Amino acid sequence: MSNIKQNASEEAEFAKPLYTPIKRRSFFMYAGATAGATALLLSGCDDDENTNVVPNDGTISLGSGDVGVLNYAYALEQLEAAFYAQVKATPAIDFADVEKNYFNQVAAHEAIHRDFFKAAITRDAPNQIIPTLTAADLNFSSIDFTKRASVLGAAKAFEDLGVAAYNGAGKYIKKADYLVIAGKIVSVEARHAAYVRDLISNGSFANEEVVDSMGLDKAMEPVEVITAASGYLKVKLDASKVGK
Amino acid sequence: MNILRIIEQLSEVDADVLGRFDSRRAVFKSLGNTAQKGALAAAPVFVASLFSKAYGQTTGTGVIEVLNYALTLELLEQDFYKKMKDAGKVPAGAPAGAIDTIYKHETAHVKLLTDTITALKGTPVTGKKFKASAFPADYTTQLVVAQALEDTGVRAYKGQAGALMGQVAGTTSLLQVALQIHSVEARHAAHIRTMRMQTPWIPAADSNLPAPLGPVYTGETSPREDNTVQSKVDITKLGSGYSANDAAASFDEVLTMAEVLDTKRAGGLVE
Repeated sequence: MSNIKQNASEEAEFAKPLYTPIKRRSFFMYAGATAGATALLLSGCDDDENTNVVPNDGTISLGSGDVGVLNYAYALEQLEAAFYAQVKATPAIDFADVEKNYFNQVAAHEAIHRDFFKAAITRDAPNQIIPTLTAADLNFSSIDFTKRASVLGAAKAFEDLGVAAYNGAGKYIKKADYLVIAGKIVSVEARHAAYVRDLISNGSFANEEVVDSMGLDKAMEPVEVITAASGYLKVKLDASKVGK
Repeated sequence: MNILRIIEQLSEVDADVLGRFDSRRAVFKSLGNTAQKGALAAAPVFVASLFSKAYGQTTGTGVIEVLNYALTLELLEQDFYKKMKDAGKVPAGAPAGAIDTIYKHETAHVKLLTDTITALKGTPVTGKKFKASAFPADYTTQLVVAQALEDTGVRAYKGQAGALMGQVAGTTSLLQVALQIHSVEARHAAHIRTMRMQTPWIPAADSNLPAPLGPVYTGETSPREDNTVQSKVDITKLGSGYSANDAAASFDEVLTMAEVLDTKRAGGLVE
């Protein structure tokens, strides 16, 4: 990506015609900027829109634009990875051996997703990556890791939410490469979701809880997803600008 | 070419000209894409498409083609599961229940895509069937084909995500709808795989399976499913290191339309 930096206010002004009802004059300004300026805008889109990652009240802003979507995914993958790391470290006493084996694989997948996003954001927008979420930022107190049923219930919640999150965020991604990466991950999350659901009740892999009468899986907006995940988080995440 | 002058002149006869551009945010996206590719030589083509988008139907033939491609795959799946149900080899209980659930979803996808294409003033494809001569007589092999179809579907939808960026039907994001179908196909694939005692996700070894499954997990222009490099990041070297199998299974891969329609994949199963 380009290293061209624009300050936030310039960027906000420049991007406005893309997002707000366009006024005649600003359209001409925009069009007059011609393709060269548009290229500048697009090539700069990962590095600009500088965000305050940690405002005073401790809330972590996930940021805006594509970086916001990547940070959003990174936050969710950190949450999932931490959950499965605990599942792996202290497996439920009533897990079957094959279940233990499969959950170790799921733990690896989620840790990979987390590490991948960290690497990709560090590479593409090094100044805008959200901090690592530590144990102090997470809240798994509602989960009894010694009990299979409790672990499966939480795993189902995480996986179905992950699928709905990626499904709802895809439309906000502006760079095709990032969209394809999100697509490559969401189907693996859906595989996890189906597996966990079938462990809870065989045949519930895609039941009406998650798939509607049109045959569509759920899609949720970033703010809704963060609200749904807030029970597992001590830290506050602000997703209000993700993709915007 | 003075695009501003053209728009100015148009605004004299059509007061809503700017509104037309405004309501089609995708126009600005295509402006960006054109510029990003440095395709300045293509400016006249771009301007022509700008106006056809503003004044013609928003949805280009490319999008209809993608939707009809998806519909073809759904019709193929729907007919396959119908044949599977009709053949009567699926054991009663959980297996029959799962096939019923999947058949119901494929039928819903056929209807949704057909209705969407019609609403966008395209012509939905019809009559695509699973090739009768390729339909297996026994349940075990039927499940092999089901896995091939579902995992192909996952890769196929993923492969079209870029083509659907910014595309809408009314206020509905076509990309989001495609993603919502895509993850349902992945749930199906996971379940069919577990019915066959396979991992719900795709291990690296699947790329080396014999036909009909093997080709589903390979690729000519797309990465194979045993790929361990994503966005130039070597997944096996992340953190304290991951196995090639976990690296491969943690990401599903795309297939292009041409790859899917190749006779060694789904293209060979359509009648």
